[in-house]
Amino acid sequence: MSKVNWPLWEVFVRGKAGLSHKHVGSVHAADAEMAIANARDLYTRRSEGVSLWVVPASAIVASDPADKDSLFEPADDKVYRHPTFYDIPDEVGHM
Amino acid sequence: MSQTVADPAGAPVSLEQRFQDWIDAERKIEPRDWMPDAYRRTLIRQISQHAHSEIIGMQPEGNWITRAPSLRRKVALIAKVQDEAGHGLYLYSAAETLGASRDDMVADLLTGKAKYSSIFNYATPTWADIGAIGWLVDGAAICNQVPLCRTSYGPYARAMVRVCKEESFHQRQGYEIMMVLAQGTPEQKQMAQDALNRWWFPSLLMFGPPDDQSPNSAQSMKWKIKRHSNDELRQRFVDMTVPQAEFLGLTIPDPDLKWNDERGHYDFGDLPWEEFYAVLKGHGPCNRQRMAFRNKTFSDGAWVREAAAAYAGKQKARQAAAVQAA
Amino acid sequence: MTAAHSEDLFRYALRLGDDSLILGQRLGEWCARSPEMELDIALMNTSLDLFGRARTFLTYAGEVEGKGRDEDALAFLRDVGGFSNALLVEQPNGDYACTIARQFLFDAFDVSFMTALTQSADATLAAVAAKAVKESTYHLRFSRDWLVRLGDGTDESHDRMQAGLEEMWPFLHELFEMDAAEQRLVDAGIAVDRQALRADVMARIGDALTEATLSRPADGWQPVGGRRGDHSEHLGFLLAEMQWMQRAYPGSQW
Repeated sequence: MSKVNWPLWEVFVRGKAGLSHKHVGSVHAADAEMAIANARDLYTRRSEGVSLWVVPASAIVASDPADKDSLFEPADDKVYRHPTFYDIPDEVGHM
Repeated sequence: MSQTVADPAGAPVSLEQRFQDWIDAERKIEPRDWMPDAYRRTLIRQISQHAHSEIIGMQPEGNWITRAPSLRRKVALIAKVQDEAGHGLYLYSAAETLGASRDDMVADLLTGKAKYSSIFNYATPTWADIGAIGWLVDGAAICNQVPLCRTSYGPYARAMVRVCKEESFHQRQGYEIMMVLAQGTPEQKQMAQDALNRWWFPSLLMFGPPDDQSPNSAQSMKWKIKRHSNDELRQRFVDMTVPQAEFLGLTIPDPDLKWNDERGHYDFGDLPWEEFYAVLKGHGPCNRQRMAFRNKTFSDGAWVREAAAAYAGKQKARQAAAVQAA
Repeated sequence: MTAAHSEDLFRYALRLGDDSLILGQRLGEWCARSPEMELDIALMNTSLDLFGRARTFLTYAGEVEGKGRDEDALAFLRDVGGFSNALLVEQPNGDYACTIARQFLFDAFDVSFMTALTQSADATLAAVAAKAVKESTYHLRFSRDWLVRLGDGTDESHDRMQAGLEEMWPFLHELFEMDAAEQRLVDAGIAVDRQALRADVMARIGDALTEATLSRPADGWQPVGGRRGDHSEHLGFLLAEMQWMQRAYPGSQW
């Protein structure tokens, strides 16, 4: 059986101007132009997008889920980064 | 397996236990999270079977594209069959996040190692079958698929959200075809009735064996891959569909079908389980045809896939040479 | 609008509709048979664009004619001699290279044609063209990319692409053919002067062939006749399949 692998590309779609690109899934394609074409046909058949990014899946560097606690938990107790940490009297108005 | 981690209080818990706790708390599992091998295998099998079904399912309907009786029907059918290819691809994409390669999954389909939904081994001899598939087969699929939008594996759930959103036009498309036939000439009405006769029981079989004979169901429910039992979903489908058939003025081919006031559901007759297992084994009307078609398509296309890969390789080499020369 | 003018316009809308209809039907034959699943979706997309156009052109033709024929009556109830599509679009799919060759030649012409038609004095034709030119730009991008991939891919794909091109090349010339009726519409600012497109289209084709490492086929046999109903044998089979339901159940609604 012939096995020619068209590489995997991750697809990001901008839904409309003003929004950021959002990951929607992946496609297989032999080259970048084909990846754009395939992503267009697969993920924007119902006007879901105005712009596309395709990225070779092999080029994505991801954080390790095992590091989740050490990467993300230290942020949990930094409540002073949030506006509600500070007491401002109501008389001052919206701030 | 004896791998353990500490719970918040410092007590050791197994990875399996922590995984199950996570699921019980209705949290999603994402691709790189730890998961039991059996969970991964179950998902790969289920998602790839689902993908294969979409791809094989293009055949019984696709063969009516060139014969659709009006241009309006033709474009709707093309868009629908195109969606099926799209759904197959969303699902292959979801399965790939579990480490399965699409080439391997496709190879398993082509050799017959992997299964696809038996419903697509039935034939579509008349235009009314296109209506019946949309109405009944897509209707049954929606019953099965809506709960999958909340399945525990994130990429599968997200793919199913897309699929369900797009499927909603499929069933309406099918029902509209049936409606026009049912209100048409006597010949057309008969065509619609014959199609309902052909597709009714196979549609009920789509939900799989009765709960007491469905060996993998309990584990899948525990993992929240599956959220309702086969019989529960089948009943839901029957309850939903009977009034739709009545509206069409068509007769569901089951003499035992009747409303049960006490249960608040329709009772229905015994299902042809022998047929179910026969088709599963490859003895349905179109099993051989569907597989031969897919295999021929795949081998006929090999030179195209190779050419595109070769061209991409040449382009890469040219770019590298250009960079070196600069 | 004079009766003669209206007859010309009817025939013109019909030609445009028939080109789209027959090519859309041919592409529809690829469904589930494409070399890769992504290509099923791509070819169906092009097919849908073409059927969309066909419906608008045929509906318009029926209105101009004024005899109560709608898109379906025109699509399903005319015989071979009543169709006025170019011979190119009725050619069988052959292998994928053959289909790409047919599509590329059509698209290379169609982009220029639809661009010019946006300037038509006929508001309906101009509006369809404004939409079609965007579609055709994408179709051309798709078919041209594949022409290059196959031409410059493997030895086998190169040979198949060259063979497909040789197969379809003779039918290119008919796309530039003008007759008296179209010329009258050109003079009225409604139709496109097909001859005037030749230089641009041939340059576009030549450019792609060079990139695809393909050689330009020799100009020999240049069949015409599609516009006046003289078709190849292939069209009859296509219609037999496409029209079967309407013929088998006359007068029924679907």
